[in-house]
Order: sequence, then structure tokens, then C-alpha cells
Amino acid sequence: MAIALVLASHSALLAQGLAELAGQMAPDVAILPGAGTMDGELGTSLDVVQRAVERGLAEADGVVVLADLGSAVLTVESALEIEDEWSGRVRLADAPFVEGAVAAAVASQQGASLDAVLAAAEEAGGTFAASAPAAAESTAVASTVQPGATTDLVTAHVTVRNPLGLHARPAAQLARAVADTGVPMTIGGADGTSVLQLLALGATGGAQLEVTARGTGARAAVDAVVGLIEGGFGEVPART
Amino acid sequence: MTLDAAWARRWVAEAQTAVAAAKDDLTELDRQIGDGDHGVNMDRGLRAVTAKLEQTPPDVGDPETVGSVLKLVATTLMSTVGGAAGPLYGTAFLRASKVTARPELDAPGVVALLEAALEGIAARGHATGGEKTMVDAWQPAVDAAEALSGADATAVLRAAAEAADAGATATIPLVATKGRASYLGERSAGHEDPGARSTALLLRAAVTAAEAG
Repeated sequence: MAIALVLASHSALLAQGLAELAGQMAPDVAILPGAGTMDGELGTSLDVVQRAVERGLAEADGVVVLADLGSAVLTVESALEIEDEWSGRVRLADAPFVEGAVAAAVASQQGASLDAVLAAAEEAGGTFAASAPAAAESTAVASTVQPGATTDLVTAHVTVRNPLGLHARPAAQLARAVADTGVPMTIGGADGTSVLQLLALGATGGAQLEVTARGTGARAAVDAVVGLIEGGFGEVPART
Repeated sequence: MTLDAAWARRWVAEAQTAVAAAKDDLTELDRQIGDGDHGVNMDRGLRAVTAKLEQTPPDVGDPETVGSVLKLVATTLMSTVGGAAGPLYGTAFLRASKVTARPELDAPGVVALLEAALEGIAARGHATGGEKTMVDAWQPAVDAAEALSGADATAVLRAAAEAADAGATATIPLVATKGRASYLGERSAGHEDPGARSTALLLRAAVTAAEAG
């Protein structure tokens, strides 16, 4: 089940920029701007939003709408009131525009349902706050997988190798990889499937991160994730 | 004096003329306590509605009802106004269209139209009275209409328009607690709310259209 995103904004430039940013993290998700007035000015328009949502429904099974400011929210709510046939398939997220769109896009890329994509957007508020977990410091040897305190806990320490660290694209790649393993995992204390939490680590090149998982498949999953981080996300030459 | 679909069309034309004439005044009111685009936005929206109605002849399909005209007003305003007034007035006309799906309105029909419009604006804007918004014009209009519901339809409309005008004037000393003007806090006092003023203009246009019928 694929979920598309519609970005209802006063500004076509703003929505296009956000679609580009979120799209880099979620290349297979339809992210559609529904922005500006009908004549391309700043503002919001029922007609513009309706057409974007209809395109989303043509490409996906459901649509989550992100809105930027008050009257964009009112316009989307109006569209939902008019379009009875959208019922159950189109939802407006009560979420910050940028963070919500990024979180929703990554969740959709991971195959989440309409409810789960909506929840990802709505949980994104405040993710960038100072309370987010800091990058774990460790002196352990990179990529050494060792048994943890309990029998099924797997812990590894890995050094971030690409100079820019876990910026948007690698963070999204990492979150997708963690989700693909199906094993709950923390990276530097962050939920490994949450691109926003991974970004909030602020882990730059040289940062050391602790990767932990437990349960069936934990070791293979941690090894795969450590290998991905060690690989530098294609932004460093192969290890010599 | 028949409040039928032709009246609804005349209402739009009168509203467009009135708002075009008041465009600069509305924008000036909005410049003082908002973002200065209300006059331009409402003028653009109503011109679009007028153009849309001209492309939608009344003799096509089923006999035209008041509600079908108001529905077209609603969706066109939502698509073309650009600011918050689009979905707010749009929802007012949308809800009004649902209770006016008939060829002609009597006095209770006018009351129902106004009540539905107020309900739509209050619901969409999460606003109540006394917050220095368009509700402060719509609420007295509904109150006046309900009090006169034994009278003929045009008299009800006239009473509503006069109450809306007084309600708009009465927003001058209010401190805004909703919408863009609320950012100004105490400094919003001393200025008339542009949305309440445009509401008064729209209801006055409905009376003018009725008297011309």
C-alpha cells in the first residue's frame, strides 16, 4: 500500500523545495505540491489543493496532506468537507510542515499504512529540540560486534566515515535499512527507523555510535547496519 | 422581491460591485491590523465568481436553485481568494447552499441561510463572538433575522444586514484574540475588523439585490 503526500503551501517555491528535500529521502513516494494560488501568486486555493490530492489518489492508495500556515489548513479542511469520496483515504496531518513531511515521506517509503504515515508526521513535532539524544561517545573499536549484558542483546560500535555524517540522505538511507531488517534497533540512542531522530544526533564524520538490537536476527541486522555506516553511504572512497 | 436563484445571482453581482468600490478601504483596514490583502483578495474572488456564473447559464440542466448558485460561489471563493477569507466565506456559502436547495426562499429560509453561514464560519475558524472577527458581524445578523422571522423575507434580510453593519462598527474597540490581528494584542483596539466590514458589505448587497427583484 503506497501513501502519497500533498504539500499544501502558500508558496509554490516552498512546496517544491520541500518536495525535493523529502523526495531525496523517499525516492519512491509521490510527493505533490499543492501550493500557491491559481495564477501562481502567494496564497492557497481549493482548486490547486484538490488537483494535487486527486493526482495523489491516482498514484497511491491514500494521501497525507501537510499544510504550512493557517489559511492552508483552512483550505485543506474545506476540501475535505466538500470531497465526500475522499473519506478514509485523505488525511490532514496536525504537524510541522517540514519535519512532518520528511517523517511522513520516510514512513511511506518504508511501506507504512495511511494511519502510520499520518502518525509519523504528527509525531515529528519537536524532534529537532535540544532534548533529542546526543551522539554517543565511545572508544570501542569500530565495527566490533560483541555480546551485551544479556544473552540476546547485540551491541556494536561504529565510526561514521563520511565527512558530512548523518545528514538527510544518509539518515534516510539508514532509517530505511533499519526498517528493512525488521529488528528494533537503536543507533546512538535514537530509534533507528526514525530519520528525524537520526538527524538530531548531529553525528558528523568521525563520530562514534553505539548500535544495539535484541532478539531474533539481531546480530545479522546490526552487522548489516554497521556495514552500511562503515561504507560511508557512497560519500567516501572505499576503505584501504 | 422574490428571493430565488436569479436573486442569488444578482447578490453576487451587487457584492462584486460593492467590494470593488471598497477594495482600498478594506485593504487599508487590513493593513492596520492584518497583512493588508483582504480588499485585493475579496475583489479577486468575487470577480472570479462573477465570471464563473456568466459561464454557467441558469437554463442548463435542472432548474436552478438558490443553493446551486451559493455552492458555486463557495467553491470559487475557496479557489480564488487566496487568503483565509477564501475558506471562511467559502465554508459559509457551502453550508448555506445545503439549506437552500430550493427555487425560492421564504423568511424562515433566509434565517436558515444565515444560521448555516454563521455556523460554517465559526466551525472553520474555530471562532466565537467578541474575538474581533467576521463572526462579530454574522452573529448579530443571525440574531436580528431570528427575531424577525414572522416578517417577509426581504425584511428579514434587511434587518440582518443592518445588524451586521452595526456589528462591524462595534468591532472597533475590541482587542483581537483570533486570526492575524491577534498578533497585535492590545494594539488591535481602535481599528475595525476588515472581515466584519466585508461581511456587512456582502449582506447589504443581498438586500440591494432583493430590492431590485
